[in-house]
Parts: sequence; structure tokens; C-alpha cells
Amino acid sequence: MTMQLESMYQEIILDHYRHPQGKGLREPFDAQVHHVNPTCGDEITLRVRLSEGPDPIIEDVSYDGQGCSISQASASVLFEAAEGQRLSHWQAQHEAFKAMMHSRGAGEPDEDELGDAVAFVGVSKYPARVKCALLGWMALADAISRSLSGPPR
Amino acid sequence: MAAPAQPAPATPKGAGGGLDVASLREQFPILTREVRGKPLIYLDSAATSQKPLAVLDAERNFYEQHNAAVHRGAHQLAEEATDAFEQARAKVAGFVGAQPEDLVFTRNATEAINLVSYTYLNATLKAARGKALPEGAEVFVLAEGDEILVTEMEHHANLVPWQELCDKTGAVLRWIGLTDDGRLDLSDIDELVTSRTRVVSFVHQSNILGTINDPAPLVARARAVGALVVLDACQSVPHMPLNVATLGVDFMAWSGHKMLGPTGIGALWARPGLLATMPPFLTGGSMIASVHMEGSTFADPPQRFEAGVPMVAQAVSLGAAVDVLTGWGMEKVHEHEMSLTALTLEGLSSVPGVRIIGPTHTKNRGGAVSFVVDGLHPHDVGQVLDDQGIAVRVGHHCAWPTCRRYGVPATTRASYYVYNDPSDVAALVAGVERAQQFFGVR
Repeated sequence: MTMQLESMYQEIILDHYRHPQGKGLREPFDAQVHHVNPTCGDEITLRVRLSEGPDPIIEDVSYDGQGCSISQASASVLFEAAEGQRLSHWQAQHEAFKAMMHSRGAGEPDEDELGDAVAFVGVSKYPARVKCALLGWMALADAISRSLSGPPR
Repeated sequence: MAAPAQPAPATPKGAGGGLDVASLREQFPILTREVRGKPLIYLDSAATSQKPLAVLDAERNFYEQHNAAVHRGAHQLAEEATDAFEQARAKVAGFVGAQPEDLVFTRNATEAINLVSYTYLNATLKAARGKALPEGAEVFVLAEGDEILVTEMEHHANLVPWQELCDKTGAVLRWIGLTDDGRLDLSDIDELVTSRTRVVSFVHQSNILGTINDPAPLVARARAVGALVVLDACQSVPHMPLNVATLGVDFMAWSGHKMLGPTGIGALWARPGLLATMPPFLTGGSMIASVHMEGSTFADPPQRFEAGVPMVAQAVSLGAAVDVLTGWGMEKVHEHEMSLTALTLEGLSSVPGVRIIGPTHTKNRGGAVSFVVDGLHPHDVGQVLDDQGIAVRVGHHCAWPTCRRYGVPATTRASYYVYNDPSDVAALVAGVERAQQFFGVR
């Protein structure tokens, strides 16, 4: 195997792929979304539960889906990153993650901010796989926005 | 099968099938490239083929020597360009045993199929408003409840246009299901083809399963109820000798870029006389007979269906591709690919955890081989292969319903052409095993 392949499939990613954290759809939830990567057919169904208040806490992110190691590992990392965080904190993290994924390998991610998600910097060198890594994150952003615009609980 | 399951990697380029692959490869500059630091092994010709020098030279030569707009202007270059364009039409038509006046150049096969589906829509709309239609156009006028029959192995290009036509006209889409071994399930064909069936449109060779469908039984059923037959021949025209007269269909669509030609050009062939009964598709310059502020009349086919300045250089270049393929001989091309297909089926079947999606033997089967690997997503298989310089297609191959039918989200697909040889098959099989090792599923 080349270094290139190993830089993409870092051990952290393979670990999350083999042992996904937080997987499975749970109750209660405020919003559920279904996102698909139309180029490869990868799918994720994702639910979010937010607390009340102006900067709510993400109380739960639950998900189920099928896809490649990158999309599945990314959803698992997302769960760990988002669960229990203030919304504003996760939104900043999401922006940093997106910036890293669009950096074509040139990003210098802040490990303090992104945690395990920094492992995906190698994936950003492969444009065709960037969408795989972003699938769960885009789904959570969508679910949050639906939850915030939905009727009050 | 005489060939070994995994041919020795030392097999020289050029072995097998009656084609001199080693010297033929020299005509494809891209094949000398390295990708990810490894020599390119291109196994994605079902998506698009690579282009030989003769094809590239033809396009450049046209621009350098003859470039002008066709079918307009009386200067010498305009004459030369028009001649080159029409000679290309004759070559491409001749390649499938057709007459040039029955062949329309389109942007690609997708546009060719849309040309047919929009013929039904346009005829139906015009008839509803009592507008003039060419003589014989009644066959394209749909009524609510008329039926269009496709199959579950269609490329989206031969499915979505018909879904759209049904949405707009009230026609009903029906489809022929598939058997577990990747064939059309014709057991209920008598219920599927009814007196309401107006179109039967199906793929000749599946781009995802590799299955080759015999048109004869479907053509016979369609004829019995007066339905027209559309054949998607994208994966067959480049890979086997074909003759429209023996296929018996009414329309045949295919693309240029899968048969060594450039992108941006495809073709629609219609049974002699049929094009003349069709109202136009895209409208504008070049496709008219006369134009007044109150309305227009339209040119005879094929110009009626070639609005605007057409893709002249691409047509000329596709004509060169036809010359190249004809020079090698389509029988030889087909034989060569079938020998690689046999090696692939045998090689992949010998790897534990690998399952072929589609027919597992070479009878009525072409050289697009889809497979899944237990415990591995096709994207990950493709990534490990890419890392070794092997280009395959991963995903649903624009045949999403077919994937669902076989309970897989996606597949990995290897597909072959004239420039591949047994060492490429060996590299594929070894690459799949390497992917299994890398992800620890074996």
C-alpha cells in the first residue's frame, strides 16, 4: 500500500468504520432528514434532538445508513463531535470541517477544535470522496435548521 | 475454459484474441500515463473509451484544413466541411448497416433517446390542439392510459425520459423485471405487452450487468400490438458487429465517445421512412424549410432533427473512429473482449467473498463486469484499485433501480476494450485481494 492510501484511510477512520459510535435511530427527536449522495448511492437517515433556548445543546444525534468507510466513519466522528455540544460550538466546528475538506489536502486543521475529525484531511486530496465525508455533516446541519424552524415543542 | 484463473502477470501485452494489442496500444497516448505513481490500467471503457491518434488527428485536421459551418454558405470551405460531415454520417450509418438519411447526429445517446420521447410528447400536444403533423405521425400521439414498457436494467438515460413522458401525457410506465442471474424475466411478458403498449424501449447490453438482451422476442411482441421498439445500443455498437436490419427495431440510440470517438456526439437511427413522420425536437436554424412570422415549415430528415450548427469536427472524428474499428474488424474486437470477460468472470469468482452481479458465464454477455466484495463498499474497493493505477467505475452506474433489484447500494465495475489484455485482468483480481487485505476482511 502506498503512503497516499494510508494517509486517506488513517487508523482513526478505520476504527470508526469498524466500530461506529452512536449508530442507530433513537427517540425522542425534533427533526429527521434523509440525505443521499447521488453519485454513489450512499444514504444516511439522521435525527437530532435539541434543548430549548437561544443556543441550544445538541442532546442527541442518531443516524443509520449505508455507505463507504469514509461516509460511515465520518458519521461516527460527527456523533462524537456534536453530542452534548452547544449549537454555536458545533456550527464553528462544522465550518472548520468544511474548510478542511475543501482544502485539497492543504488544510492545517486545528486538532483542538476538530478532534478525531482531523483524520479526514487526507480524504480532502480526493475530490470524489469529499462528498462522502460531508454526507453526515450536511445532514445534521439540515436537521438542525428544520428543528429550529419547526413548531415549538 | 482453457485460460488459467489468474493469468501470470508476466503475460506480455498483445496476447490473445487476434488483435495485436501491443502495437494497437501505441495508438493511445493516454495509456502511457502514470496515475498515483503507477502505470495506468484503464478498466472503465463502458463509461468512456480512450481515443486513438487517428481520431484525435481527424478532429485537429478538420479544424486546421476544412473548418466552416455546414449546410450554409457557398464558399469552398463550406463545401468541404459539409462533405466531411455527410461522409462521416455515411460512415457511422454504414457501421451499423444503415443508410445515412436514416441517421441523426445528436449530442449523445441521452439526447437521442430524448429526441424519441419528445417526439411522442410533441405529437401528442400538437394533435390535442389540432395542429398540423407530418403524415404518419398518429403513431406518436399518446392517450391517457397508453403504456410504455421498459426494463429494470435500464440506464437512467432510457428510464427517466419515459417517466417524464408519462408524467406529461398520462401514459403509464411498466417494466420487465429481472431474474436472479441477471436476465430479463420474460415469464409475464404476455401481461406486460398489451393492446395499450405503444413503446417498448430496452437496453441491448446492460452497462451494469453486462447482459446482452436478444431483441427478437420483444420485437415480436411489440409488432403484434403495433408498438414501436427503441434500442439503447450504447454498450453494444462499440463492442460487436451489428446490423440494424437483423435487429428489427424501430429506433437505435448510441454514443460516439464509447467507441473511440470524441465526446459531444451520438446518433439516433430510425427505420427507413420513420423520421419523415416525426415532428421536430429542437428547433431553430438549419432545421427549417421556410420561415414566416406566422409560422414555419421544416426540413426533411435528418436535417429536421439537427437544429443549429452541428458538431461537425466531432462527427468527422467519429467517422475516423469507425475507420479504425472497421480496420481492426468488429468480429476480432468482440472476440478479444469476450476472452477478457471469461478471464475476469473466472478470476473474480475464484476470490472468496466476491460476488458477480449479472450473468456469471459469457453466454449472451458482454465485457462490463460488476461485482461486490463482502464487507467492503465499492468506493473503498475502487480507492484501493485506484491506488494501484487501476481505473474502474464504482457506484450505481446510472442504473440505480438495477442495484436495488439486487439488494446492493452500488457495485465495482470493470469494463474492457481493444487496448486491454490478460495482464490487466490479473492486476484487477490481485487488486481486489489487496483491498480485502487492506480492510482486513479476508
